[in-house]
Amino acid sequence: MNVRQTFRDGLWEQNVVLTQMLALCPAMAVTTSGTNGLGMGLATTAVLIAANTLVASIRHLVSPQVRIPIFVVLIASLVTLVDMALNAWMHDLYKVLGLFIALIVVNCAILGRAEAYASKNGVLASALDGLAMGLGFTFALTLIGLIRELLGGGTLFAQASLLLGKSFAFLEITVVPDYGGMLLMILPPGGFLVLGFLLAAKRAWELRQKAAPVAVSPAPTFPTAA
Amino acid sequence: MSMDLTAARERLSWQGVSLGVMAMVASAALVIANDRTREPIAKAEAADMQASLSQVLPDGFADNDLLKDTVELSEADGSKKLIYRARKAGVVNGAVFRTSARGYAGEIIVLVGVDAQGTLLGARVVKHSETPGLGDKIEIAKAKWILDFNGKSFDNLPPAKWAVKKDGGVFDQFAGATITPRAVVKAVKGGLEFFSANRAKILDGSAS
Repeated sequence: MNVRQTFRDGLWEQNVVLTQMLALCPAMAVTTSGTNGLGMGLATTAVLIAANTLVASIRHLVSPQVRIPIFVVLIASLVTLVDMALNAWMHDLYKVLGLFIALIVVNCAILGRAEAYASKNGVLASALDGLAMGLGFTFALTLIGLIRELLGGGTLFAQASLLLGKSFAFLEITVVPDYGGMLLMILPPGGFLVLGFLLAAKRAWELRQKAAPVAVSPAPTFPTAA
Repeated sequence: MSMDLTAARERLSWQGVSLGVMAMVASAALVIANDRTREPIAKAEAADMQASLSQVLPDGFADNDLLKDTVELSEADGSKKLIYRARKAGVVNGAVFRTSARGYAGEIIVLVGVDAQGTLLGARVVKHSETPGLGDKIEIAKAKWILDFNGKSFDNLPPAKWAVKKDGGVFDQFAGATITPRAVVKAVKGGLEFFSANRAKILDGSAS
């Protein structure tokens, strides 16, 4: 288990949104502001860690043939349990995050991690993978949200104090006062535009990174299994 | 042990049984959780309701417990509507009830407080699924727009003017979101119409 590599994968190299292109539905739907992206990301991170841990702990009992329905039932029940528990015992938090929790049920990134990682690795490694992937998801969503919010409404982290509490009110910044707003960025097409440019930027950066050292020394970029 | 499991996992019966066990465990967990959370959720929602009720009525408007002083009336389409009655010294001086209209994405539910003369004391959107950052300016937490309704009635604003400015009314629409405020205006207007149609029944102070 390589902690560093796990986090590198989660945050950048295998980023759920920016590389694996998973979970685009919630990523597009809620990233109308940085705050929303952050809320969705954090809620998903919690569920990812729990789902990965559970899947990894039952992985020896599950036949490959029926693993998908089993994971689906497990994840859907888990999300519903979290939803009910939050509603009952952390009602104030639920009023803020409730919307996001319901959306997590349709988040294919969670099933994707269960399938690609947790069903093949140990409990601790899977929990860590969930944390890393969740943080990467949070990073990507917050970034998309911030860009859309800045271009669309001229603010950053608007209403962050509703999500994080009054002490985080300092995050709320109005960058362009009296900005007329650019509706396109708030509407769904804005999400696709921002994601498209981010993907292109990431690709371009990676290509340049790859091209530069290869010219000097032809060392393999990826360590081989052998 | 591991070898046994690998062999067992290949058996068809194992697959069926494991799926069944998983479904059973999941349903059991959900049933237990539902049972354990029902009361706290109901309590939290009652507290929410109490908080919203006090938002749509001015401070000191009522001296009774609205949650316990309710009357159920049927609407034009036959559905039941629960009315919370506000009383001062035993006399009904207003009412709070939910009203709704279809917004851009699903039903928008608005809680309105009305005094005995049919003047709006306050309105709050209690549930909606409008576009975040766009249609959600109808929430008091995001914008003051909903306060425009305060003090309006059919006496000081003719029914034809109960519309967004785009439709020739007096209420602001939002940039890029007309459907949402239009629905809220429609809901509140519908609430007032309901109140004037059932005024006698609501103001009748006898126990429901």
